[in-house]
Amino acid sequence: MTGLLRFEDVACWRGGRLLFEGMSFTLEPGDALWVRGPNGVGKSSLLRLAAGLLSPAAGKVQAAPAALADDALALDRELPLETALAFWARLDASSGGLPDALAAMGLQQLRSVPVRMLSTGQLRRARLARAVASAAPLWLLDEPLNGLDGAGAEQLGAALDRHRQEGRAVLAASHAPLPGTGWRTLDLAG
Amino acid sequence: MIGPLIAREVRRAFGGAAWLPPVFFLLVATVVPFAVGPDARLLERIGAGALWVAALTAALLPIERLVEPDRADGVLDQLSLRGMSGEEIALAKIVGHWLTFGPLLLLASLLGAALLGLGGGALGRTLLTLAIGTPALAALAVAVASLTAGLRGSAALGGLLLLPLAVPLLIFGASAAGSGEPGALKLQAAVALFILIGAPFVSGAALRALRS
Repeated sequence: MTGLLRFEDVACWRGGRLLFEGMSFTLEPGDALWVRGPNGVGKSSLLRLAAGLLSPAAGKVQAAPAALADDALALDRELPLETALAFWARLDASSGGLPDALAAMGLQQLRSVPVRMLSTGQLRRARLARAVASAAPLWLLDEPLNGLDGAGAEQLGAALDRHRQEGRAVLAASHAPLPGTGWRTLDLAG
Repeated sequence: MIGPLIAREVRRAFGGAAWLPPVFFLLVATVVPFAVGPDARLLERIGAGALWVAALTAALLPIERLVEPDRADGVLDQLSLRGMSGEEIALAKIVGHWLTFGPLLLLASLLGAALLGLGGGALGRTLLTLAIGTPALAALAVAVASLTAGLRGSAALGGLLLLPLAVPLLIFGASAAGSGEPGALKLQAAVALFILIGAPFVSGAALRALRS
């Protein structure tokens, strides 16, 4: 396979509606692709296709192992933040990367706070920290700036830069401009 | 990868609702003498059957929390993203659920048998049939929970689905516990084995269908 993510002539049907068709693009190591478009145009579905959670109606999707940070939290709310994230780090065989990931997203002070006590922005950081810790070659970020403050956006930008310098790629859907430089854009029209 | 998932199921159950089925089981066993009267001989005759009905109703309680919370919270998505198949997830949930359901129910049945005045032989047989039957009940609960996850009124629907599927376990289990017929015990074990083998695949297919 060439590239970390490859869409070949992909079509996506959701709820009896054609969201897009003939979608082709490739993400090479170091690439960052920003998916834009109005609500309901299929940005999240595009990410789920890339993650392999949806099957394309037509065409082919090839993807390297991916980390997905979307609206679903998928952390046990009764556990301290670090323990909740450690469950996933253990499945990713990347427990060693967790302290750095927590620091990268500015969460090191909150390690022992139960997940249910965290604010919206802190929970967004936690989702991103799971992706950072995973060491997956491909990040799929769905509205990563939702709920993040200015400092959080900067930390995300720094993490994205490191991720891409290490020869990995990111696909992000967002309404707001994303931090970091060198974003290619993909506009989905309704 | 299945080990951490089983551990998570066990931890979450003991952190919350694991005590509910055995308590409910004991409540049902307690109300039987109120319904049929305190005649010791009658209670001893129907005791094993009553305990099996109690076990079956207790198995309905956890259905709601087995799969739906993980679906709604994106845990299932994150697991499939890490290459875990629906069948593996289902197997982990079945093992984890039985660990928090079976042993506690067996302990509760000791108390339940005392309440109904079951003698040593009947008590032993009831424990044996419950030991064979509870893994199958746990597997059925996970399969039904996967099939009904995300549906409106899934808790009631789950009960309606599970009870008829568990009837063969009840018939052979209660019969083996009550009369000690070896044939009934073998049939119960066969039914339990069939359910245990089939449930992970049914549940796995249902979990895959949840994604689209």
